[in-house]
Amino acid sequence: MCIVRGMSALGPTFLGLLESRPQHGYDLKRAYDEHFATKRPLAYGQVYATLSRLLKNGLVEVAATEAGGGPERKRYAVTDAGVTDVEQWLGRPESPEPYLQSALYTKVVLALLTGRPADEILDVQRAEHLRQMRELTRRKADGDLGDQLICDHALFHLEADLRWLELTAARLNELSGEVRGR
Amino acid sequence: MTQPTSRAETVGPGARGPLLSAYGLSKAFGPTQALTAASLTLAEGEIVALMGPSGSGKSTFLHCLAGIVRPDAGRVDYAGTDLARAADTRLSALRRTEFGFLFQFGQLVPELSCVENVALPLRLGGQRRRAAEREALRLMEHLDVADVARRRPGACSGGQGQRVAAARALVTRPRVVFADEPTGALDSLNGEKVLRLLTDTARENGSSVLLVTHEARVAAYADREVIVRDGRTLDVAGGAR
Ligand SMILES: Nc1ncnc2c1ncn2[C@@H]1O[C@H](COP(=O)(O)OP(=O)(O)OP(=O)(O)O)[C@@H](O)[C@H]1O
Ligand SMILES: [Mg+2]
Repeated sequence: MCIVRGMSALGPTFLGLLESRPQHGYDLKRAYDEHFATKRPLAYGQVYATLSRLLKNGLVEVAATEAGGGPERKRYAVTDAGVTDVEQWLGRPESPEPYLQSALYTKVVLALLTGRPADEILDVQRAEHLRQMRELTRRKADGDLGDQLICDHALFHLEADLRWLELTAARLNELSGEVRGR
Repeated sequence: MTQPTSRAETVGPGARGPLLSAYGLSKAFGPTQALTAASLTLAEGEIVALMGPSGSGKSTFLHCLAGIVRPDAGRVDYAGTDLARAADTRLSALRRTEFGFLFQFGQLVPELSCVENVALPLRLGGQRRRAAEREALRLMEHLDVADVARRRPGACSGGQGQRVAAARALVTRPRVVFADEPTGALDSLNGEKVLRLLTDTARENGSSVLLVTHEARVAAYADREVIVRDGRTLDVAGGAR
């Protein structure tokens, strides 16, 4: 699922990167890895598969070919249709993805079903989340704008996990208090 | 700048341990048990986040640690003094010279200009106006609010006002800064500015910070967190640096 989503963003991302100037697949991979790949660098197979699809759809064209043939010898340029495509992609909202199936959610529900305290899950998870959030905060302080954006994105998502967990723990406590109060 | 004069005498032989520590603090307000056997240690130069739900006792705990509220039971050791039993005059001297305070709503004096507000703790400590305001301005530049120095707090944005308040909290180079939800009223960008500047300046000065917050993103600026729930501090593994 994640891979499919990544793939569908790769095309428009290449188009956007090509807007400044025509580039080789190698340049695109480097630029992509620098700006977007946080964990795994892009595979060359993926780069050339994407470029050939863009070429087939008329979104890029070959601006120059050096001696020897092969896709790695070609320099690609974005077409007008390609620019339109990236603009449309940027203007289209992403479908918000609620992380309904996370292990965290399952743990809390299981705790509830089996009469275990949610507080303890919260405490353990908070400590772990905060450890990572401190690291991201430190990395953000030392990093450039790109690092800051990536770290903020992660920080806000981690915070959202904790807020949900905290609210849930508070609700469960209230609920069990109500039950006991009867 | 001048260091608080009382520092030398308060650094006793125990100075190698934590700078500030609380053991078994309890405090009730009428029928409300706000704190129950709460404990915490704060090392020199350490930044600790105090987290917990609303009403869990964070502010009460901070007030006890800062010698503003006297606990019903327990000890607060600050550099060899038990703040739970120290005389009021001693406590107010400590608060003025060795502690800095920053609250959710800056609590600046509305009749004074921003630079006068920042210089106030130095003036109360006996510094002359020119020297105090020079030092205040230096810090305000650092906190990116030198341009509002001559304005009254009422003519500042919330974010500017809070950075002015942060400058005031730091201007005496306090050994401990007590910050209670210092970014609670700010948007993310301004909150981040205040936190960055507060924690950076504290680290430069070697000040310790007790940072009360219920937000994880804020707590992530600290070295570790202490959790308060129902007036009790939790011992959660993994809170270490
Ligand atoms: N001066 C006071 N008189 C009476 N009750 C008080 C007083 N100060 C605090 N309390 C009570 O003590 C409990 C703890 O309050 P405290 O302000 O320490 O919580 P807190 O964790 O800081 O909450 P918040 O996140 O909402 O600021 C609450 O039930 C509060 O109503
Ligand atoms: Mg409070």
